[in-house]
Amino acid sequence: MTWTAVIVASVACYGLKLAGLALPGRWLENARAQRTVQLIPIALLAALIASGTFATGRHLVLDVRVVALGVAVVAVLLRAPFLVVVAAAAATAALLRLVHL
Amino acid sequence: MTANRAIVRDALGIAVASGAYAIAFGAISTSAGLSLPQTMVMSAVMFTGASQFAMVGLIGAGGGVWPGALTAVLLGTRNAFYSLRLASLLQARGWSRPLAAQFVLDETTAMAIARDDPRLGRFAFWATGAALFTCWNAGTFIGALATQAISDPRVLGLDAAIPAAFLALLAPRLRAREPLAIAVCAAIVALALLPFVPAGVPLLVVAALVGLFGMLRR
Repeated sequence: MTWTAVIVASVACYGLKLAGLALPGRWLENARAQRTVQLIPIALLAALIASGTFATGRHLVLDVRVVALGVAVVAVLLRAPFLVVVAAAAATAALLRLVHL
Repeated sequence: MTANRAIVRDALGIAVASGAYAIAFGAISTSAGLSLPQTMVMSAVMFTGASQFAMVGLIGAGGGVWPGALTAVLLGTRNAFYSLRLASLLQARGWSRPLAAQFVLDETTAMAIARDDPRLGRFAFWATGAALFTCWNAGTFIGALATQAISDPRVLGLDAAIPAAFLALLAPRLRAREPLAIAVCAAIVALALLPFVPAGVPLLVVAALVGLFGMLRR
């Protein structure tokens, strides 16, 4: 099951890249479609951040992940490199759990 | 010649930075329950960061493999527009086209279209693509291997690392007021739906809503 999903999603993502090179140029050249495609990652990433921070399964919960995300926001505002942002959030969560907060 | 050298330097910088990103992906993927071969197939074939993180993030959070797969594909749609934009520049025919397609990403597109000279643009595309692909897969392997030894990813705070990774990806796209408003609305909608519908559905609703908004807006 996991293998099937991994292969289907991987091949589909590759197919999307190939489509733009292989299709005749006018197919996707619609200003409105172009704009929409730029908005989709913004909405999906925001939704993923929210559910990854405030939910466990289908339950809304407040735990150390909220503090970790706060640390990540500060790191992003300080223009920290990618790995620093991720490591700071992970370390915050790990440390807070260590002291049983 | 010096222009080529500057491009190679930039390409290597991007590749090394994303190699570090790939270490995080490998770690999160194996701690979400994917095997090392599954993780490697994603980095070699899917090879588009946000999609990969979204898929393993959803699987790890109990969202199921198919909602994860669908979200990954939705996030990958932007690459079709990149490759469309790059098609006339790259002029990839025959054997080079399938390879060129795999290298179409945020980073390679940015590097390629930044050049006035098409020859330099092509060089930037191929140099960035090759360096990135190498570092991305090497990083994934290291991260996946290192994490296989850990039993509970929560001890390392890896569950908190996923939203942070998404935030780092999202932040550069939020420089104007409209994207920021869209992001906030998407987060609220996702959280509001989450307790009432099966896992993964909130993301699809958010994708549908923003698609509708984009197509209807003047």
